[in-house]
Amino acid sequence: MLEHLVPILAGALAAATPLIFAGLGELVTERSGVMNLGVEGMMSVGAIAAFAAASHSGHGATLGLPAGALAGMLTALIFAFFTLSLAANQAACGLALTIFGVGLSAFIGQHYVSYSLPGLAGLNLPLLADIPVLGPIFFRQNAVVYLSLLAFAIVAWVLAKSKLGLMLKAVGESPESAHAIGYPVLAIRYGAVAFGGAMAGIAGAYLSTVYTPLWVQNMSAGRGWISVALVVFATWKPTRLLLGAYLFGGITILQFHAQGLGIAVPVQVLAALPYVATVIVLVAISRDKRLLQLNLPASLGKSFLP
Amino acid sequence: MHLLEPRAQPSRVMRWAAPPLAIVAMLIAGSLLFWALGKNPLGSFKVFFIDPLTSAYGWGELLVKACPLILIAEGLAIGFKARIYNIGAEGQLIMGALFGGGVAIYYNDSTSMWVLPAMVAAGALGGALWGWLPAVLKTNFNAEETLTTLMLNYVAVFILEYMVSGPWRDPDGMNFPQSVMFSDNALFRVLADGSRVNTSIFIALFVVLAFWLFNARSFLAYKLEIGGHAPAASRYAGFSARQTVWFSLIISGLTAGLAGVGEVAGPVGQLNLNISPGYGYAAIIVAYLGRLHAAGIVLAGFLMALIYLGGEAAQVSLQMPAAITGIFQGMLLLFLLGADAFIDNRLRRPA
Repeated sequence: MLEHLVPILAGALAAATPLIFAGLGELVTERSGVMNLGVEGMMSVGAIAAFAAASHSGHGATLGLPAGALAGMLTALIFAFFTLSLAANQAACGLALTIFGVGLSAFIGQHYVSYSLPGLAGLNLPLLADIPVLGPIFFRQNAVVYLSLLAFAIVAWVLAKSKLGLMLKAVGESPESAHAIGYPVLAIRYGAVAFGGAMAGIAGAYLSTVYTPLWVQNMSAGRGWISVALVVFATWKPTRLLLGAYLFGGITILQFHAQGLGIAVPVQVLAALPYVATVIVLVAISRDKRLLQLNLPASLGKSFLP
Repeated sequence: MHLLEPRAQPSRVMRWAAPPLAIVAMLIAGSLLFWALGKNPLGSFKVFFIDPLTSAYGWGELLVKACPLILIAEGLAIGFKARIYNIGAEGQLIMGALFGGGVAIYYNDSTSMWVLPAMVAAGALGGALWGWLPAVLKTNFNAEETLTTLMLNYVAVFILEYMVSGPWRDPDGMNFPQSVMFSDNALFRVLADGSRVNTSIFIALFVVLAFWLFNARSFLAYKLEIGGHAPAASRYAGFSARQTVWFSLIISGLTAGLAGVGEVAGPVGQLNLNISPGYGYAAIIVAYLGRLHAAGIVLAGFLMALIYLGGEAAQVSLQMPAAITGIFQGMLLLFLLGADAFIDNRLRRPA
């Protein structure tokens, strides 16, 4: 059993990484009161931008991640212009951004189909990597996996302890009051949306240059939507988001180990598991209306024109 | 910077001007895109939007693509008016195709005239079922329909993949994930030789008329709309929020299911993994572009069909990936929503 469990847990950490990046980004965006359903699109654009940058420069993920972040951020700014400056409908704009981003990614990606990249080796942290069981799970991951934990720590700290986090939450709860006490509501929301885009872009970049460094169309395969659902599951709290991402990482990775575990289920059933699990998790968390209402940023999804 | 401020009265002019404005903006942005890709914008424009309509076959194809879009959008519009955001039409289409296709596969040797009607009924049922599921999740468990309907799209794709690579795979199909070709008895009859236009357009026509009548004449449509805007008020009118959710999702699932049968018993002719080039998502744009109005949706459906045809033409004549269709669709919806912002707001004037 252990010989299966170790690779499953190690794989879960790697599979959770894009969900952590994109989920944290969307969490920050939603805490500012803006619901961006375009995560899937921003992730797709980030993935192709990173892949193109990585393959042309020869620098791999080192250049791929910043390129993905930049591309994701620029895509998010389109959304920000329409929903914040023009106060257009957020849910529908997010959907449009997804359609646009997925299309753009496939359009550019056409030239790269079945190109491959060298990928990123595990760090093999000295001494730690040799600890039995824990070593292979926690200390032989690639650098981006650890980067996602750093991102989590920073977001959690900023939201809980910093002035910036306080302003962000104030804007999300009541843009009217925040505006009245002199907070730059629009600038904060633009910043939060841009941050969400950059994080989704990094998630896409991780997928295309590290996780499966080979270009196939539709790389993000719904992970952007799962990230949005994770934010609801996490009731807008970073720690719960992290746990949720690992849960989903585990479910995602299970399909590659099912055969070894002797689970005789059609591959499609296993491949569908993360999506089915998302529905189940949404249902489980939404049943408790009070829990949601207690944590939901009060202005989420509503336009604000002072 | 906030560019807008609220108007005292919503602008009626903008409500109807927004779709043409969005189309013009899409064309301008599209020309810029072609130009940036090193193509002649005017020439590309002609390939994309004019050439597909220069032959009778092209007009037929326009109809073939517009029908499923219109069918789905008419159903979605009912829900959108009641503020039920079903973005799962793609999955509902696939389930319709699966249910209808299943009938065709099991009765492939039958010559009964009832095979096709049974397929249509099964398809409607399959789509409705896939709409009913998120309705239950919303009314009984409070789960937002946007995310659940979307997730069910992926689940539907995997069910389709399983069926066509497992139980329903064509034994003589060289292991491709596809079913047998349906017999002629299980296909809609082609209306004119040399085209793919078939009798399923009458289903679309019927649905358009039915929804137009429903919206214009029925008290139920009125209650649904009120239900979306003021749930409390609609409860007094004797129509609960629960009924609104169920009705909207089941009806939109049903029309998407019909569109699914139309595809597999029409141009596709079998179950495979390419049943729909994203009609379920594009129909959302069609519904909004058509102002959630039965007749407006017909116009918008033809425009969206032209964008699909243009994408295919661009692939052939300009060597561009067909994914350009998605870029145009996304831009169109964004511009439409941007223009819609001017219904309730106007440009901020310096004080």
